[in-house]
Amino acid sequence: MNQSGFLPRADLQRLIDRLRREHADCLGPQVRDEAIVFASLERAEQLPFGYLDRQRPGSYRLEFGDSERAFAWANGPQALKPLVFEPEQPMWHSVRDPDGSLQFHPVPAKPSSLAVIGVRACDLAALALQDAHFLEEPGDPWYAARREGLFLVAVHCTHPAETCFCASTGDGPSCGAGFDLALHELDEGFIVEVGSDAGQAVFEALQTLPVAPGQRAAAEAQQARAAEVQQRRLPAPARLAELMQAATDPHWEEVAERCLSCGNCTAVCPSCFCHRHAETPALDPSRSGHARVWDSCFSAAHSLLHGRPLRAQTAQRYRQWLTHKLAGWQVQYGRIGCVGCGRCISWCPVGIDLTAEVDAILGEVHD
Amino acid sequence: MTEAWLPREAEVVECVAETGDTHTLRLRLTDPARHDAYRFAPGQFNMLALHGIGEVPISIVSDIEDVRLFDHTVRAVGRVTRALVRLRPGDRLGVRGPFGRGWPLAEAEGRNLVVVTGGLGCAPAVSVIRHVLRRRERFGRLTILQGVKHSNDLLWRGQYEAWAREPDTQVLLAADVATPDWPWHRGLITELFEQIEDALAGSLAMMCGPEPMMVAAGRMLLERGMAGPDIYLSMERNMHCGIGQCGHCQLGPHFVCRDGPVFAWPAVASLLGIRGF
Repeated sequence: MNQSGFLPRADLQRLIDRLRREHADCLGPQVRDEAIVFASLERAEQLPFGYLDRQRPGSYRLEFGDSERAFAWANGPQALKPLVFEPEQPMWHSVRDPDGSLQFHPVPAKPSSLAVIGVRACDLAALALQDAHFLEEPGDPWYAARREGLFLVAVHCTHPAETCFCASTGDGPSCGAGFDLALHELDEGFIVEVGSDAGQAVFEALQTLPVAPGQRAAAEAQQARAAEVQQRRLPAPARLAELMQAATDPHWEEVAERCLSCGNCTAVCPSCFCHRHAETPALDPSRSGHARVWDSCFSAAHSLLHGRPLRAQTAQRYRQWLTHKLAGWQVQYGRIGCVGCGRCISWCPVGIDLTAEVDAILGEVHD
Repeated sequence: MTEAWLPREAEVVECVAETGDTHTLRLRLTDPARHDAYRFAPGQFNMLALHGIGEVPISIVSDIEDVRLFDHTVRAVGRVTRALVRLRPGDRLGVRGPFGRGWPLAEAEGRNLVVVTGGLGCAPAVSVIRHVLRRRERFGRLTILQGVKHSNDLLWRGQYEAWAREPDTQVLLAADVATPDWPWHRGLITELFEQIEDALAGSLAMMCGPEPMMVAAGRMLLERGMAGPDIYLSMERNMHCGIGQCGHCQLGPHFVCRDGPVFAWPAVASLLGIRGF
């Protein structure tokens, strides 16, 4: 077992102070515009104490209750994705000299130093998926620099939303690896677990108390319950791989009757990596930029070929997303590209539920 | 990490107008060391970058041993390609590449080859035909099948006539719609397969062109006894990065830019001929 200790609730500020000293910034979950998002965290009181999230297909609502806890919710629209895979990242700029010659100047990847508190198991799993994509040769230097500078304090998820299915993908609700520190939140404080050498140093400075057997048992019980309460599930990977053979299934058209092709699902998906290259010319015609910008397979431009979209129909775009995420991804990266966070279900404006669509296409029946 | 995403400056040395909207750009990297070190394989492509306009993937059509310049034949079909065909000698652009996997030429040596192409002068097919003809003794019989919708669409008509005069080389052309002076087949390219049955045994096939044509041709080759792994095809998809990162070019589990553009038939057969896949 990881080295661990107990941190009383009143001492959480010491962890925040320590992370703020060691990193350029420390982010933590906070309520903004009626959602929980990662924002710069200075004081423990800024954490969403007392908040619960109610997520359903097409719905995300925060409720304020009498909970003592800061992490009694599942997740917000953001995972770690925007922190490492920037929505818009300049890559190079070109300069045309008066003699007509062109120079291409790379945009350097700046060293980064960022601590994040409140990372979920699904977020860690999705980060590992993005690592596999962006750090594979030839690699993305801007992603690599941001990733290198991350210090992650995970919090084991005790309150999965109705939309969550991480237990079925094997990615949660408990954090297995990929964190520097992980916290079990109990009513009276936190069990702190060490996950890395960097985490070990912070852990030692915290001077935690021994974990009481009752606290350990309470943490294990709430993790078991967090897995048991999940109602949604995805079939096993081998079954999901069959989606690639279901390209002509009529159900894709049925989904398209509801799908708006808006791309919300790909924006909130913590693993979606598609990005377009965009030229960003300056007003001065001798200068132009070139950036990579988040793209979505639900846009017409995503599949342009000889000036026309290959996937003109919404059914084709939904099929592209789901077959890539659940089948093609297995060939590319050795596992499915879904971590069970449920964001695409909650943030879909019409409440399309990928677990239900998969079952309909594969003919899965549940008891 | 390598800077595969960063263009290098190149100069247009020569422009050859092939047709009104199709030009061949002959390029040289302006950094002599980079130019000398530049190597590619037939069937690979470069990303060509125009300052302030954008980038597009374009096949390399020159010979691998022609180290002085490398050639790209560009047809003006989109925003960037329309600007590319306006380039003139001395103009500068950015080049990055080469990317992707090209034709299986080592495997093709000593064997009969069947090249099936459709559409308007398919550049990847041209690159392999030229490669074989310059090394004629290393390959067996070469059969070239080219189909076009209208006989006036045929690019490099003189070149096909010249290829037909090469030793041990057969050229069969087909046009769905043809002008009266069209001396070749009127109809579909796949109707020509009956004429080449004896050339197929032990052959390696390479295809490039519209997907429905490649699907039909691939199935005919299989029906005539060719093995799936002996049939190769060059695929096209939207490409922005060229290095398997941007996600646009995916075909099932493949990143066409990195795993292709040339694939063996069994790797992609189940993914072809499905609209929008």
